[in-house]
Amino acid sequence: MQNFASEFSRAAQLVLTGDPDLWAIVVLSLQVSVCAVLISAVIGMPVGAALAVARFPGRRALIILMNALMGFPPVVVGLLVYLMLSRSGPLGVLELLYTPTAMIIAQTVLVTPIIAALTRQVVELLAEEYSEQLRSLGVSRLASVPTLLWDARLALVTALLAGFGRAIAEVGAVIIVGGNINHVTRVMTTTIALETSKGNLALALALGAILIGIAVAVNAMVSALTLRAEQEGLRHA
Amino acid sequence: MFRAALTSALVLFGLVANFVAADEPFIIVQSTTSTQNSGLLDFILPGFEAETGIEVRVVAVGTGQAIRNARNGDGDVLLVHAKPAEEAFVAEGWGIERRDVMYNDFVIVGPGSDPAHIKGMTDAAAALVAIANAGAPFASRADDSGTHQAELRLWQSAGLDPTADSGTWYRETGSGMGATLNLAAGMGAYALTDRATWLAFANKGDLAILVEGDPRLFNQYGVILVNPEKHSGVRAGAGQRFIDWLTGPDGQAAIASYRLEGQQLFFPNAR
Amino acid sequence: MRDLMPDMPNRLEISGLAIERKGRVLLDVPRLSLDGPGPTLILGPNGAGKSLLLRCLHGLIQADRGRVLQDGLDLTADHKARQAMVFQQPVLLRRSVAANLDFVLKRKRLGRSARKARIADLLAEGGLDGKARQSARSLSGGEAQRLAILRALALDPETLFLDEPTSALDPSATQAIEAMILRASDRGVRIVMVTHDVGQARRLAADIVMMQGGRVVEHGAARQVLEAPKCQASRQYLAGWLVT
Repeated sequence: MQNFASEFSRAAQLVLTGDPDLWAIVVLSLQVSVCAVLISAVIGMPVGAALAVARFPGRRALIILMNALMGFPPVVVGLLVYLMLSRSGPLGVLELLYTPTAMIIAQTVLVTPIIAALTRQVVELLAEEYSEQLRSLGVSRLASVPTLLWDARLALVTALLAGFGRAIAEVGAVIIVGGNINHVTRVMTTTIALETSKGNLALALALGAILIGIAVAVNAMVSALTLRAEQEGLRHA
Repeated sequence: MFRAALTSALVLFGLVANFVAADEPFIIVQSTTSTQNSGLLDFILPGFEAETGIEVRVVAVGTGQAIRNARNGDGDVLLVHAKPAEEAFVAEGWGIERRDVMYNDFVIVGPGSDPAHIKGMTDAAAALVAIANAGAPFASRADDSGTHQAELRLWQSAGLDPTADSGTWYRETGSGMGATLNLAAGMGAYALTDRATWLAFANKGDLAILVEGDPRLFNQYGVILVNPEKHSGVRAGAGQRFIDWLTGPDGQAAIASYRLEGQQLFFPNAR
Repeated sequence: MRDLMPDMPNRLEISGLAIERKGRVLLDVPRLSLDGPGPTLILGPNGAGKSLLLRCLHGLIQADRGRVLQDGLDLTADHKARQAMVFQQPVLLRRSVAANLDFVLKRKRLGRSARKARIADLLAEGGLDGKARQSARSLSGGEAQRLAILRALALDPETLFLDEPTSALDPSATQAIEAMILRASDRGVRIVMVTHDVGQARRLAADIVMMQGGRVVEHGAARQVLEAPKCQASRQYLAGWLVT
């Protein structure tokens, strides 16, 4: 059996000494996932809010579908995006396969339903509360979407974080469309998969610990920002 | 405050997310996990990149998947180890020409207790028969990789079809070499692996090499340029330069000089 | 009790209005004409249909039958834009006090400096000066309702509907709100307000609409309704009986 303690201290050393390869991987992971979450927010929030306020036939079915898509297997998403971006696929000419952009696309596909579904939930509750008041002010249902989104902003941060959690922890999709190419598309999760396949279990675990650390740090940062916005930021609203 | 934070985050990541350095020439090599996990490519590629300025981006998957990816045009060069499949790839026009690069060998590893008593045998097929007769657990890649194809050829020469016993002593992992070795180490199963991956593998546990030296365990690696007539995006010029280097004196010498814990892992044999 | 004041014509009429749910009549008002300058108070026990009537007048609810007329015409979006409503539970946006007012003023397409000046005026009117930057959700109940009224007034409505705005408030908060309502009325805003509080009707009303069981049982000048109610149900309610 290998020595777990020494492997862990090796991983800790990599982090503490600012090993450039490791930090490039960490930074790329954050770039890809943050980009994916922001794009997902731009798409998912208006869609979720519109679904919350609009009334049309098939709306319930759409909501059920969206909720189900929250559990879409990443490997399937990876495969779909691969088929689109492959040189044999319809978007092959863009030459995006095995680039960080491909990974952002895959994660966006994964995260958008999460953000849309959670937004729908949050906004629907708020819309119930605001409905009569906004109608009294002459604001139509669809025109109320920006107002509702803005007023739900603190709850929506949680939706963003849920999306970020899914994106940063996901491996099945990015390893297919990114290819886990060293210095190009290697992120935390694909590194963990690689080290596991090399039998470096302790190093993989240590990298997993770093991943958790990053997730905690991002959550703490956003939570601090949110709290400040709640306390003092309202005056700038 | 809130809006400002969001905007600045957007702008920041919009800027740094501008990853694709398009002007630097690169090729994509569809290759197999053994060349990457053993550390060989990390060792030899910097030499080629320094000499030519061409960056080599390696996608390491099983041989079967690498061939399928290359067939889709998602790679410029194929570097794998399943000669019959490689020859079919070229014969069907997906690749230009197949060239030998290097070889090593497969070994059968298994638990120290060795319930099938195969330790020291030099007939790999006979060893498999012994494992099957003992009903001792055997972990198969079952992923259409080069190693898996080699394993199936061995069973065939032993006159056995282990897939009939799939789920009992014959365990089909459907995973990469590393994952399969992790599983074998965990459950004390036998497995076929290439020597390079085995030597570099860190989680051996109770496993040890039990059978080696059978000529049928020979493991040949080949390199193929993906046919640019099939996929216009293929970087044929840079890909050919890489193949010429790999099969030329510099590449061959680099392969020969790679050692892990004092052992040579790959033996160049380009002609 | 308020003197009637000559004003622009602002006549709200109802004809044949009815709402039924599961065979139960929730509202049945064959005729009602509100043409005085008000304040008009709609008085009655819980479940009498007061709030429903108010929502019909404001166009928030479409009745099953009947019409709501403003100055002889069916209620249009244009009419509704000159109405405003304050709810029993103030619905404040999750923003600052000033931003709640700004939200309405922006819809009126006022320039930035005009909005700023208007917000200052409104806050002074509601006694909320100094609270502009506070989160609206952190106001006390009375302050929140005052802000809701200010926001309604920011629309410059001709008619202001209020649905039991003080039912959850203590006497001093109620007093402040009643004063705001009277000041608005004095400035010519037509007040139509629901209450179940006889004392409040006595303090504010120019005319009173008595309701019970979804029907208007009596409508007349406040003095007449309060001191000489014609109908048995009105007499009992005003005498403090627990009418249901």
